Amino acid sequence: MIAALISGSLAVVSVAKADELLPYNISGDGIAESLTGSPGDAARGRALVLARTTTCILCHSGPFPETRFQGDLAPDLTGAGNRWTASQLRLRLVDASRFNAQTIMPAYYRSDGLVRVGRNFADKPILSAAEIEDIVAFLATLRD
Amino acid sequence: MRVWRAIAAAALLAAAPALLAGEIPIDARRSGYSFMGPDTRAMQDDDTSNPGMLFVLEGEALWGKKTGNAEKSCADCHGDARSSMKGVAARYPAIDKALARPVTLDQRINRCRTNHQQATPLLYESRDLLALSAFVAHQSRGVAISAGDDPQAKPFVEQGRELFMQREGQLNLACTNCHDDNFDRRLAGAPVTQGQPTGYPLYRLEWQTLGSLERRLRSCMSGVRAQAYDYGSPELVALELYLMSRARGLPMETPAVRP
Ligand code: HEC
Ligand code: HEC
Repeated sequence: MIAALISGSLAVVSVAKADELLPYNISGDGIAESLTGSPGDAARGRALVLARTTTCILCHSGPFPETRFQGDLAPDLTGAGNRWTASQLRLRLVDASRFNAQTIMPAYYRSDGLVRVGRNFADKPILSAAEIEDIVAFLATLRD
Repeated sequence: MRVWRAIAAAALLAAAPALLAGEIPIDARRSGYSFMGPDTRAMQDDDTSNPGMLFVLEGEALWGKKTGNAEKSCADCHGDARSSMKGVAARYPAIDKALARPVTLDQRINRCRTNHQQATPLLYESRDLLALSAFVAHQSRGVAISAGDDPQAKPFVEQGRELFMQREGQLNLACTNCHDDNFDRRLAGAPVTQGQPTGYPLYRLEWQTLGSLERRLRSCMSGVRAQAYDYGSPELVALELYLMSRARGLPMETPAVRP
């Protein structure tokens, strides 16, 4: 189903507006290669997911016993590494609307097609390529 | 038996005013009060512990004070607010005939100041404006909200509804994503409410002061990393009007207390 939705999108996304965005290849329902060309750091990824400014745990909960401030607008991240490949996780973070067009999950590595973005955030993705890679590395470790 | 019930239900549905997708049915609408813990509720319920009541008292003093070149007080024109202002805030924002567009209660107060008192308008979120609007809105405590009924208001209600449905900001979220689709859930551990505007201006513990509905809307906009509309802008007024029409029938609570 998901694969069907985004099948045929074996395409190079050419990023027109924001120079900061590195180009990436979507193949099937994922992005197979690291955005930076090197693997992320799972420990840094965990810290990022827990940081409020990264925004993940506004909506998600997960195996984070040290904080009460978790959301339930989205699935618990426990076991995400069983359910999804690194390639799928990477595409989900880059642009979750590729999996569900109506999703409320923000696209973390996109800066176009948005409305009235605040001055301090304009033309920037929410996360950098390196931050995405760290988070992908961390999510891949969430196996039960 | 079951068939009859189904037909009766279908007839009921047909008779009810059409509900747009995602909207909350009238009998399911709930004030933010119903989402709060016992401590915050108790603080709101008891006038002696509700910090908003201090502003109401200040507003009462301002109501009787002569100002401006006209040397007139609000009371000189409107008399006893307890009767003349009862129910007024429940109808705001309301169409100003001269301007042919809706104005908020704050804007109405400032129009009275400039036109009738010949005084300078009060700044948005200034203590005096909050006090006056808290005092006026307090006279509607318990009155059912009816704003947006005026046929002239319809296009502005519709504009507000569109803004409510519009995704915006770097996080690309619309008001409806949280306040229609996800109320009763938790955002970073805190309850998300239906975003009903029943208690404004209200005392927010986080702000440590009274604040207007526009202040609240602007912080939701900054929350999704959008450029917040300016105080008094047509967009914020339209949103406020839509929110009030969406809260139709809920009783006013000013001054409410929120965490
Ligand atoms: C505003 C809400 C929101 C935010 C913020 C958010 N997500 Fe999500 N996320 C969702 C929703 C809702 C889903 C469920 C699928 C869908 O609707 O897209 C989801 C799905 C997921 C999934 C797949 C879950 C599963 O196991 O099926 C992962 C992994 C994920 N998100 C990771 C993240 C990470 C990491 C971040 C932060 C960098 C994040 N999300 C931020 C709302 C959010
Ligand atoms: C990401 C989620 C989110 C989005 C999007 C959002 N809000 Fe909110 N809003 C909240 C939270 C959390 C609060 C504080 C708790 C509460 O009252 O719901 C809040 C509070 C409110 C309140 C105060 C309710 C009360 O009882 O005092 C109103 C009104 C409101 N929002 C309207 C809006 C409008 C209008 C928009 C769009 C411009 C919007 N919100 C966008 C999360 C959101």
